[in-house]
Amino acid sequence: MAASIRMSWRMLRRDWRAGELTVLSLALVIAVGSVTSVGFFTDRVRLALENQANTLLGADLVMISDQAIADDLRVDAERFLLKSATSIEFPSMMMTAERNQLVSIKAVESPYPLRGELRISQQRFAPDRVAAGVPEAGSIWIDIQLLDLLGVNVNDVVKVGEADFKIAAILTNEPARASGQLFSLAPRVMLNLADIASTELITAASRVRHRMMLAGEITAVANFRAMIEPKLKPGQRMEGIEEARPEVRSALERARRFLGLAAMVSVLLAGVAVATSSQRFIRRHLDSCAVMRCVGGTQQQILSIFMLQMLWLGLIAGSVGCLLGFGAQFVLVGIIGSLADFALPAPSLLPVLVGLLTGLVTQFGFTLPPLLQLKNVPSLRVLRRDLGALPTRSISTYGLGFVVLSALIVWQAGDFKLGFYVLGGLIVALLLLAGVAFLLLRILGAFRAHLFVEWRFGVTNLMRRPMSSVAQVIAFGLGIMVLLLFSVIRDDLLDEWGNSLPDDAPNRFLINIQPDQVEPLSHFFSEQGLKAPTLYPMIRGRLIEIGGKVVQPESYENPRAQRLLERQFNLSWAAQMQVDNQLIMGEWWSASESEGQFSVEEGLAKTLAIETGDTLVFLIDEQRVTARVSNIRSVEWDSFRPNFFVIASPGVLESYSSSYMSGLYLPESEYLVLDKMVRQFPNITVIDIAAVMTQVRIIIERVTLAVEYVFLFTLIAGLLVMYAAIYSTLDERIRESVILRTLGAGRRRLLNGVIAEFVTLGALAGMVAATAASLLGYILAVYLFQLEYQFNGWVWLTGIIGGGAGIGLAGVLGTRKVLNYPPLLALREV
Amino acid sequence: MVENISRSIVRVQGLCKRVVSPEGELVLLDDLSLEIDAGEAVAIVGASGSGKSTLLGILAGLDVPSDGQVWLDGNDLFKLDEDGRATLRQSSVGFVFQSFQLLPNLTALENVMLPLELGGVENVESQASKMLARVGLAERLHHYPKQLSGGEQQRVAIARAFVVKPKILFADEPTGNLDSATGERVIELLFELNREQGATIVLVTHDEALARRCNRLFRLDAGRLVAVERSVAE
Repeated sequence: MAASIRMSWRMLRRDWRAGELTVLSLALVIAVGSVTSVGFFTDRVRLALENQANTLLGADLVMISDQAIADDLRVDAERFLLKSATSIEFPSMMMTAERNQLVSIKAVESPYPLRGELRISQQRFAPDRVAAGVPEAGSIWIDIQLLDLLGVNVNDVVKVGEADFKIAAILTNEPARASGQLFSLAPRVMLNLADIASTELITAASRVRHRMMLAGEITAVANFRAMIEPKLKPGQRMEGIEEARPEVRSALERARRFLGLAAMVSVLLAGVAVATSSQRFIRRHLDSCAVMRCVGGTQQQILSIFMLQMLWLGLIAGSVGCLLGFGAQFVLVGIIGSLADFALPAPSLLPVLVGLLTGLVTQFGFTLPPLLQLKNVPSLRVLRRDLGALPTRSISTYGLGFVVLSALIVWQAGDFKLGFYVLGGLIVALLLLAGVAFLLLRILGAFRAHLFVEWRFGVTNLMRRPMSSVAQVIAFGLGIMVLLLFSVIRDDLLDEWGNSLPDDAPNRFLINIQPDQVEPLSHFFSEQGLKAPTLYPMIRGRLIEIGGKVVQPESYENPRAQRLLERQFNLSWAAQMQVDNQLIMGEWWSASESEGQFSVEEGLAKTLAIETGDTLVFLIDEQRVTARVSNIRSVEWDSFRPNFFVIASPGVLESYSSSYMSGLYLPESEYLVLDKMVRQFPNITVIDIAAVMTQVRIIIERVTLAVEYVFLFTLIAGLLVMYAAIYSTLDERIRESVILRTLGAGRRRLLNGVIAEFVTLGALAGMVAATAASLLGYILAVYLFQLEYQFNGWVWLTGIIGGGAGIGLAGVLGTRKVLNYPPLLALREV
Repeated sequence: MVENISRSIVRVQGLCKRVVSPEGELVLLDDLSLEIDAGEAVAIVGASGSGKSTLLGILAGLDVPSDGQVWLDGNDLFKLDEDGRATLRQSSVGFVFQSFQLLPNLTALENVMLPLELGGVENVESQASKMLARVGLAERLHHYPKQLSGGEQQRVAIARAFVVKPKILFADEPTGNLDSATGERVIELLFELNREQGATIVLVTHDEALARRCNRLFRLDAGRLVAVERSVAE
């Protein structure tokens, strides 16, 4: 064994020196590099993005309870080195001499907020600033609309419960304001937690919501959550950003998928490059094997020498790949880094292991079957070269590699659905590539008699080895497909993502609009020269029965389901489905139907196990409202347009008491309109969601940048595949051209033949690749990213022309020594 | 003729080789028996397709016969398994081929080191470079095969064959790819080394002049041994 190790090491050095391993090791480096860099940084960046999003929550984690939170939780949090702050929130009446108003009181203590910032201003709609700390004892900060509702101003003194408070500032931004029960918020009054006792507002019967906000190092937060969550009592729950903001969750989810996809495709392509280049390696070592057998090498010895050689190569190339990945993730973190207002956790060593393993598994997946064949090379091959040639492209050769690669893809995806789509897409693309390539070759063949002599020569060459030509079209096609996905379709997808949040997406929500204000409000906006916003009716009701069964929070294990049933739903009605919603199941109602129907949002239906055909009963104004679920629809939560979990057909809900709400885009310059509106309609509450939207926008922008960067690996892998494909037939081409030149074919004619062959291959591959790329783009967009997809005609043109020209050029460059060397010298190169 | 069996290094008895071809069974070697003494130089001659190379392949244990037995250095060759034959080749057999069969990725020196390395021998570099110096390639140690002329490549192959001090050397048309002057020098070298090391040479050739330099000629025709001739040149 020691001798084999020494020998394999020597053979590796010798093969490396001779340039036998360049493509193979490059492919390995790229595969490992892309997996490691994405592995290194996905976690770090995900954490950074989540941390950024956490500014919306005001913390990394919030425990919400309807009872006072025991102090030992704070002690536990300290053990995990987490910062904590508590707050309590409850509705109450606020009074001045003339008026009183229902408000939502929030009592906070320093260091609230743990993430993000409180912003205040001294005058209505004046520029605001970051608040230093929380309201001082004896003072409060209030929402702007309270100024009009109560007829008060900054510095006035008002009564909250039994105590007097000075209005110290107008509260303009509060983390977590937009989270939770968005549409049921009364105007906010924020005061210091120390003042609560003096108000005497809290009694045993009060409906008070206690929060403990926590923040700290990411893993500590996760560990803390994992420890506490199982011990939660009824009425207590934990909330992270993903639970709190569906918009942010869906943006993060897409970001993760984009990154994962890029990494997987790189692994896949690098795998193909590994497969192609290891085939050449094996073919070129057939003779060596036979000679080694002749001079006394045993099968076992030869097998272990080659296996060990592959192992060293895998480890070395893998290590280089890891270093590359480690370096690359610094750039990535730089791109995303400004999102994080805390030091990112140091990269762990796990990605190194994962990267190395990926490299070795890919390499052995594709080299093991041919290696095993290698030991069977008859030593008689030294006398008769025709013996013991490997079956060039058999299922057994690629089967193991393919299985291994599939497993890697699903693993790397960390998401069965994503892995499945990519794998399915790959298989379809391969079959498509093969089928179309074969067909196109046949068609070309039929026409070859009408071609110029060089082209006829080139096409005949392709026809003469149809299997190898088809294999090359597939390899080139895969490469071009990735380039097309990389350029055209990726941009389309990312643009589409950016567009899902248009510039005029609502930045303000208006709620509590009364039915009799619908007309005057529209009129008000017209007067201001603005488009009247669409108003949506909103009715609050509690879900009490699904499909004839009474449902209660306790009926569900899932905490989200329990929460949904604990509180009231915001229901709406509509004749038409909102344009950004998509039907998943069932049919939307038509105007002629008289039977009442419900439409349910996909996520809610899944959580509560609601299916089309189920009858739902809501309790609205103490009355039972019953209708059948006729469809289930998906909602783009990150579009920021108002959306509803449950919508009823016209005629079901109109008779119950409702209010209206609207999403409104108001440019910065028009903010005074709000001031006017609030004066004219003091009951309307304005909620600023610009902050949330900015977060989502930042996530999209940063991730887009990061994805483009990760796709660079994919791009290199794509080029590598094509290079490997040209390289893999080099020996055969040299041998053929030597024969042709010996027979008197001139350089120019050979060159034209090579050009014709590669341009044809490239154009065929480009055509097939464009089709596959469009299809893959469509599948990815619609099924994976839930984005619209526009077919782009340029893909085909780019594919065919780019493929023909690119592969033609690469082919000529790759085989030029065939043409420039004297025949005998060229033959020695083989 | 030597009667003592222990003196014969190769003994062949009733050797047959048949292959199945699309036209039916093809007989490559037909009931062939012969003996070669240690230290002897023999040539196997015959027209193309007479079965020379097939016989050589079987004698060296690179191919298996359909019938019959071969003893190589006292070992019943086909009672050994493939790896057993490889080990036997490693310790006792050297090869020189028509197409040289040097490994293209290895320098001249490394090609010569290869059989020693496979045999697990330590410090092989000095042995290999001495051997290369012996064949006149001291200046060419670190050249790759493609940087060497045909004659030089064959001399590397000869160095590789003799570096393990084989008891028997099999040569398959060793001058087939060389011009006659170069071929002449290569053959000179082969016989010199043979004398120095006291090895047995089994040579396949259709060059009658070369064959005449051997002690004996085995003449094959259509897979049959038709004549055993003692060379006059001896």
